[in-house]
Amino acid sequence: MTEQTTRLVLPSHIEAVGEAAAAVTDFVQSCGAGEDAAFGIGMAVREAVTNAMVHGNQEDETKSVEVIFNCLGNALEIEVRDQGEGFDPKGVPDPTDPVNILKPSGRGIFLIRSFMDEVEWFGRPEGGTTVRMLKKF
Amino acid sequence: MAELNIRERQAGDITVLDMDGRITIGEGSVALRSAVRRLLEEGKKNILLNLAGVGYIDSSGIGELVSSYTAINKEGGQLKLLSLTQKLRDLLTITKLLTVFDAYETESEALTSFK
Repeated sequence: MTEQTTRLVLPSHIEAVGEAAAAVTDFVQSCGAGEDAAFGIGMAVREAVTNAMVHGNQEDETKSVEVIFNCLGNALEIEVRDQGEGFDPKGVPDPTDPVNILKPSGRGIFLIRSFMDEVEWFGRPEGGTTVRMLKKF
Repeated sequence: MAELNIRERQAGDITVLDMDGRITIGEGSVALRSAVRRLLEEGKKNILLNLAGVGYIDSSGIGELVSSYTAINKEGGQLKLLSLTQKLRDLLTITKLLTVFDAYETESEALTSFK
């Protein structure tokens, strides 16, 4: 599989999460990932894009979310960038801890980490947060 | 077509919601929340969610299942799950929510468990 890149720019409204999910399904197949990997990657991208729109951009439709898919041959790298105020993943409690298990939210980052091999968040000098995720297959 | 279609039927004092579609952020999660709230308002507190037709759920949908569970418990009722797909079972396993929810393979087994 040759290296290829796709870039998607989405408005910050929830309906656009489906657009990212459809794009990732197409890209994952063309990159050669198997069905199980594809499910996990799709889940991780949905969660990352939702976080970027809701928590990052606060659903401000003047702000966009950028999704970049890089097919690296034996791995898929995905970056999701928002234009928000910054994000510290350490501040998110473990949703599987008995004290948090009945909380209705806070599982998105846990699912991203569960399904991807590498995940990191970093602030960009120009503002906003990027989450970079890698899945090997 | 709606993201999540919900059909309601009654089995004694247990309300079964047959769900078909996706429980994801936005329409799907809202549809589940609305259905459970309406049942609670009608005094229907024993609810079985048949998830056989739910092919996809995200963290928002999982959160809505948890919210439904706590809302029903608060009213003295019970929420149970029926016919989880393998993917949904895997998600509830890794989030440790299978330790919270009662989940059944067959409807007769699920209905009996309410007694």
